Order: sequence, then C-alpha cells, then structure tokens
Amino acid sequence: MHKYVMKRLLMLIPVILGVSFLVFFIMSLAPGDTARMILGDDAPIEAVEALREELGLNDPVMVRYAHYMLDLLHGDLGTSYKSSRPVFSEIAARFPATFRLSFWGMMFAVVLSIPIGIISATRQYSIADSVSMVLALLGVATPNFWLGLMLIIAFSLNLRWFPSGGAEGWKSLVLPVITLGTGCMANITRTTRSSMLEVIRQDYIRTAKAKGVSHRKVINKHALKNALIPVVTVIGLQFGALLGGAVLTEAVFAWPGLGTYLVNSIKAKDTPAVLGCVIIFSICFSIVNLCVDLLYAYIDPRIKSKYK
Amino acid sequence: MSTEKTKKRSMAAEIWQRLLRNKMAMLGLAILAILALLAIFADVIADYDTMVVAQNIPERLQGPSAAHWFGTDEFGRDIFARIIHGGRVSLVVGLISVSVSLLAGGSLGAFAGFYGGRVDNVIMRVMDIFLAVPSILLAITIVAALGTNLVNVMLAIGVSGIPTFARIVRAAVMGVKDQEFVESARAIGETNTAIIFREILPNCMAPIIVQSTLSVASAILSTASLSFIGLGVQPPDPEWGAMLSSGRNFLRDAMHITLFPGLAIVVTILALNLLGDGLRDALDPRLKQ
Repeated sequence: MHKYVMKRLLMLIPVILGVSFLVFFIMSLAPGDTARMILGDDAPIEAVEALREELGLNDPVMVRYAHYMLDLLHGDLGTSYKSSRPVFSEIAARFPATFRLSFWGMMFAVVLSIPIGIISATRQYSIADSVSMVLALLGVATPNFWLGLMLIIAFSLNLRWFPSGGAEGWKSLVLPVITLGTGCMANITRTTRSSMLEVIRQDYIRTAKAKGVSHRKVINKHALKNALIPVVTVIGLQFGALLGGAVLTEAVFAWPGLGTYLVNSIKAKDTPAVLGCVIIFSICFSIVNLCVDLLYAYIDPRIKSKYK
Repeated sequence: MSTEKTKKRSMAAEIWQRLLRNKMAMLGLAILAILALLAIFADVIADYDTMVVAQNIPERLQGPSAAHWFGTDEFGRDIFARIIHGGRVSLVVGLISVSVSLLAGGSLGAFAGFYGGRVDNVIMRVMDIFLAVPSILLAITIVAALGTNLVNVMLAIGVSGIPTFARIVRAAVMGVKDQEFVESARAIGETNTAIIFREILPNCMAPIIVQSTLSVASAILSTASLSFIGLGVQPPDPEWGAMLSSGRNFLRDAMHITLFPGLAIVVTILALNLLGDGLRDALDPRLKQ
C-alpha cells in the first residue's frame, strides 16, 4: 500500500509541471505589452523597456516558465501587478475562505445525496424515488449562480433569514453552501441510485437476504460498500466542478475567497495573480483525485491487495 | 450493399423506436425542437435592432404583461425577445464549441486508441494534464488570455472539452479496432487513416452521440457562466448568463429580469440531459435483449 501511495504521489509531480506549463503557456498568449499596462500609456519608452527587462518579458516563454517554476519551488508565485504584493500571500489570505466553502459544499452534497440515492434505489418507482429523481434532474440542470440569486431573493431579501453576501458567521455560509452543493448533490444522488440498483440485484444480496440478514444490514453493509466505487469516482470528478462552481458562487455572494480574487484579477489583467489562482486550484483538484484513488484502495480490498 | 443498407436502416429504426418509447427523451426532444425553431425564427418573432438592443427607457423595469410577456429590463428592452435571441447565441455556441471538442478530441482519441503504444501514451498524458484543470477554469484562463468575445468563448469551451472526447473515443476505438471488419479493411490495403475514419469511427458512434448531446448542455452552461462573470458575450448583445448578471442589481424590485433567463437555461439543459439520457438507453446494447 505504501508503494501505491508513493507511486501516486510521484505521479503528481509531472501533472503539476504539466498543468503549470499549460496555464503559463495560455497566459503568455495574452496580447498587449504587460510592462506598458503596468506603467500606463504615458510612461516613457525607456522605463517600459527597463521594466520588460526586469520582469524577464523579453525572454522566450520556456525561459520565463523555468524561472517561474524555480520561484514556485520557493513558494514565490510572483508579484501582483495590481496590488504590488506577493501573489502567494494574497492567495494564502483567501484560500481558507474558499476551502471552507468548498468543504461544506461537498459535505452538504455527500451527506444528503447518498441517503437519498439509497432510498430511491431501494424503493424504485415509489413516490419518494420519482420526487428525488425529478429534483436531481432539476439540480443538474440549474446553474448554481442562478440558484444563488433565487436563494437570495427568497431567504435574504424576503424572509431575511440569511445575509445576501459576505463571510461573517455561520449564517453567511448557509446560502453559498446550498448554492455550491446542489449541483454536486444531484449528480451524486443519480450515481448512488443507479449504482445501488445494479448491486441490489446481485446474487450475494439475495443470498444475504435468504440467510435472514436484516434489510438495513443488507443495504448498509453488503450493498452500499460495493456500490461506493462509482459514487467515489463521481465525488472526485464533482470536486472539479465544485472548484469551478466556487468561482461563480463567490461572485454571487461576494465571498472573499480565491474565486472572487481570480475574477477581479482577470478584469484587472493581473496575469501573475490569475496564473497563481489557476495553478493552486489545479493542484487542489489533483490532490483530491489522489485522495479518491487512495480511497478506492480503502473501499475495494481487491485494489489494495494489488499493492501489498 | 443493399443488405448492408437495409441492416443499417433497420438498426437506426430500432434505435429510433426505442427512443420513441422513452417519454422523457421525447419530452426533451420536443422542447429542443421548440427552442431551435424559436432561435431560427428569432428575427421574425422579434426584430433585433428595435426590440433586442435598442433602449426604451420609459418602459424600463416593467413586470410581465400582455405587451411584454416576461417584462422589460433596466433599459426597457423586452426580456422575451432577448431570451429568444439569447437562445440563438447559446445554441450556436453550444454546437460550435462541441464541434471543436469533437473534431480535435475525437481525432486525438481515435489516433491514441488505434495506434496504442507511444502515440497513445503521449496523447493521453497531455489529455491528463488538461483534465487536471477544472474545465470551467480552463475556459476562464483561455478567455482571460485571448480576450472576451464570442469566438474566443467558443474556442475556450471547445478546447476545455477536448480531453473528455479524447477519452471516450479512445475507449470506443480500442473496443472495435481488433474486430474482423478492421482486419479485412487492412487486408484489402486501406490506409490507417481511412480505416480509422471510414471503418472504426462509424462503429463507435453510440458513445460519441450521447457525449455530444450532454456536452452541448455543459457548453451552454459554461457560456452562461463566463458571461455571468463578465468574460463571455458583452452587452448589449443578449445572452442568458449576461442577462442574469445585469439583473443582479434589481433583485428586490424586478426579479423577473433574473428569473426568466435562468428558467431558459434550466429548461434547455434539462431538455438536453433528458435527450442524452434517452439516447444512452436507446443505444445501449445491453437493453437490446
């Protein structure tokens, strides 16, 4: 198992290198003169040229990337053009807010979706099944930023139960978490239902029932564990959507996280900040995928036994 | 030749029959047909210059009425007219960006699956890197770099969909490439490219069709998302996400500005998902029994 964990950890290195190069390369395609943009249209041409040299903008893209990666290894993501502060410290200041939002968004999705999926599967074609599947279909089709606006109208402007923005106290977390988690919840519910439906028709479930094992035990112990692999896969994939969704959810609720920072940085054409944000988001996504792979080994002993 | 044609027609007819039996898929198809008709005849229903982009301040922020079914926005423009023309933008962006993903991703996946070995390894590792960036973030990055206009939005969403198609087509090609008809094509001297595009890919259409339908839905959602944060279609052009964004300042007094474009997105995505699910069931060989 240690061998497997080590192998997966090592595989993270080329992915991070590749992702950072991809994002760096895309951002280098941006038209316009960065030095001119920082100094303004009135700056003398000598000053612009000096800044270009200082920032290494005259170097080829591969050389700039090599410098960027060397700096990244030292925890340096460059300096924000807009605030002139280190991008790393700006991201570090906002990361906890995004982590809190994403974590609770995923918790909301998982805690609700798995039981709903199980109930739907075990009571197939019942009213509960139909209602939950219609809601899941709507949940998949609803853009989270629109859901967020509708929640603000209902629960903030009309009922005044929760604030419409900011990140002060637990009340400010409720609407953003529902906004962010609903799409994931719908997807996980659909997967749990179909995976459970496949498993509960297997012979070993019939055997367990024939042996007199209680319904609850058959479902929770025999069926659920075997149905979990596709569910965990979807949870991992949904995390990517969740991080993307966090950018939009933060924009709706003025949540002081990385998403808001990313959108503001794009509008200000602050390339180092955009680059830093996307790389950090991608590293988080890669780490979650690694955790998902490790979780497979925990859930399925067959995978674990391969690496003993 | 005629037997083959009859067989092909009967398979397509069988799939269509199965799709016809799926009420939800038919509902999705009907909704999409209506949306497509509205988009095609948008100019006939509401004139672009006078009703969609021209400001009419005396009629601003009016609620739904007989004159304005979905009310008017902050510039007095008819929201129903803007939604119909916005639908045209969404459908065009959805179809073109998925075509980009399908052509590029499908070709890469087909080559990876067909040649295997080093070609497969190089292509799929590059795809893994693309997949490590959440797709909407990749689209945001591309638009941020290239600039905000409709062509760049289509390109960004198209590029971010490439790895998904590459994976799906690769898996489908790998399942087909060792079959006898491929061997016989090789035996009569067909080139590899001809074998891939004329023999293998037509036999891998089921997952490609399903994924394309579902991808149009996510492309429409991504377009709306980009426009919502100001990186997609720019005002005064109508686009559902951009309309939602402009309605944010009027949530308390004129929620219809936000409500109707959002409903348009939900209905369209729902219809595409229903059709995609129905196609998956109709094309799934396990259901043939």
